[in-house]
Amino acid sequence: MSKVYLSHNNLLSAYGFDSLAAITKIKQERSSLRLIDDPNILSKTVCTSRIVTEKLKEAFGLLNPKESYTRLEQLLIISLEKTIKASGLPLNERVGLLISTTKGNIDALDTRNPFDEERAYLHVLGEKIKTFFGFHHDAMVLSNACVSGVLAIATAKRFIAQGTYDHVFVAGGDLVTKFILSGFNAFQALSDAPCKPYDKNRTGINIGEVGASILITKDSGALAKESVVLLGEASCNDANHISGPSRTGEGLFRSIESAMKQADVSAAEIDTISAHGTATMFNDEMESIAFNRVGLQDTPLNSLKGYFGHTLGASGLLETIVGMHSLHQNTLFCSKGFEELGVSEPLNVIDKTTPKPIDIFLKTASGFGGCNTAAIFKKVAE
Amino acid sequence: MATTHYIEHYCRITEGRISKNGTLVFESGETEFSDFIKSAYKTLRIDYSKFFKMDSLSKLALVAADLLLLDEPEKNMALVFSNRASSLDTDRKHQQSIQDSESYYPSPAVFVYTLPNICLGEISIKHRLFSENGFFIFNRFKAGNLFDYANSLLAMQKAEKVLCGWVDFDCEKYDAFLYVVAKNGTFTHSKERINQLYQTL
Amino acid sequence: MTDLKLELKEKIIEQLNLEDVSITEIGDNDPLFGEGLGLDSIDALELIVMLDKDYGIKLADPKEGKKIFESVETMATYITSKKAN
Repeated sequence: MSKVYLSHNNLLSAYGFDSLAAITKIKQERSSLRLIDDPNILSKTVCTSRIVTEKLKEAFGLLNPKESYTRLEQLLIISLEKTIKASGLPLNERVGLLISTTKGNIDALDTRNPFDEERAYLHVLGEKIKTFFGFHHDAMVLSNACVSGVLAIATAKRFIAQGTYDHVFVAGGDLVTKFILSGFNAFQALSDAPCKPYDKNRTGINIGEVGASILITKDSGALAKESVVLLGEASCNDANHISGPSRTGEGLFRSIESAMKQADVSAAEIDTISAHGTATMFNDEMESIAFNRVGLQDTPLNSLKGYFGHTLGASGLLETIVGMHSLHQNTLFCSKGFEELGVSEPLNVIDKTTPKPIDIFLKTASGFGGCNTAAIFKKVAE
Repeated sequence: MATTHYIEHYCRITEGRISKNGTLVFESGETEFSDFIKSAYKTLRIDYSKFFKMDSLSKLALVAADLLLLDEPEKNMALVFSNRASSLDTDRKHQQSIQDSESYYPSPAVFVYTLPNICLGEISIKHRLFSENGFFIFNRFKAGNLFDYANSLLAMQKAEKVLCGWVDFDCEKYDAFLYVVAKNGTFTHSKERINQLYQTL
Repeated sequence: MTDLKLELKEKIIEQLNLEDVSITEIGDNDPLFGEGLGLDSIDALELIVMLDKDYGIKLADPKEGKKIFESVETMATYITSKKAN
């Protein structure tokens, strides 16, 4: 099978409206998480990362929209517009659109929201994005909990391999809403301070908001300079519990093993891991077990949740994009919030941003429903 | 090179009827989905301790999957499901519980089902499937996307078989159509055949 | 206390969707989790919501739940002591 590349990309985040804005701040180990008091989303203080509404409006206005778009649609459209433009690709019948989201326009269910409830249907979100840009095909929406972003990358590759498309634009996003925060709060999973993945004193997750997009293509011409090849990917269910991670890390272990087999890469060849690291007790513990079972306990690892919070359906996509830039800049990014190891198995958590020649990284994610996904990427030789 | 795959079995649940491979296996005049699916669960002798804790989408998906997986020895079976309404039926319940500050009591047991792929987790738990999962949302049943994705999983040896289809629950309307794609079987795996099986029931 | 325990059993069956369990099958001292009624982590969170919604008791630390939700007896004792305060 011919190679599949991840190329032009964009991150719309609290750091700014392109990928480098975020990368620059991550390199400086600066988090975008802030404490906010907003009774419209939760009755207590929330630690979160959100895009400034005025800046969003301003950027969206420049695109001359012909109708009203929801906040999430604006995030996805602004991000995709930049990625499509950078790629220079015409949106013909060989180009697909895949949207990764867990809840889409879920805020439309709120009776106070100006948009009709119909807008909460995910296919309507897909239709809005498709029509804005004039994509030839209907959008495919992938909604597979917190693995959606990494799984969307794997899915794009699979459709390209099958000959459905030559290029797929993947866009991912979810909002910080009352819907989501109330649920995670009922799960006793929210931390009211910046999260501390893998740390002894971790107290739970933060929810954040980004729009992310990327071009996935089989065409090796005109690639972005930070492009990577997707060497192998796999997804595997824990078959254990719908909200509690497996005690043995079974699904994650099997996902990584299967991705490594397809990539034909050994544990020793993986230079760094961009892990899920939500900073809940059970998730981080489960990951430490899975990484040890596969022999990756000494591989430098980070979680980026300390910079952006958990951005749900966008997280896997966002973290893959940051991983691509990490390879390109030959820099291991610090796992923000980590001080002292607080999981039962050893892990080599990156506690300081460090220059290092790196070629291959592993991205993992796990989520509700017992799902796990792993993908292995290699720098494109210059 | 493209290998031909086959559709081994299929089933459908809609409008009070449950069929497998074109044969009616259960019928009921119950008008409420919860009564209908409970009656089907008991009659078909399905056994899953969490059944009554699940939301409607998961109940629908679990019963449909059980029809095809009960006698299935292959455990390397990917699950590729799709629908129109995602988990909106349960999303609305969660939203109701948080809409007013006076009656703000979000339920963890409801919230956990506000993701469509939870039903894949339930099926994986019941049938001990440590396999590929994917949940897509389309405005209508789309055989083409499912066909390509299933072929891709089989070609890349990500699974021996793929349980594919549509499970939609919205405003008391329910529609499930699942089929198993394998290396052997009754019908040639094609978009036309998938659409035909979906429409003839 | 007897009335409260009966009420708790009804609520547990209703709110945790224990379809095939009747009130008489739940003994006051039967363990609710693990071997007993077989409740899980989501049920435990649901019981925390029930304490808040129906009895106005907010658990400051969810870890407290483990002791409180051992059995119907321990739940009733806890609720009674909180109400007396």
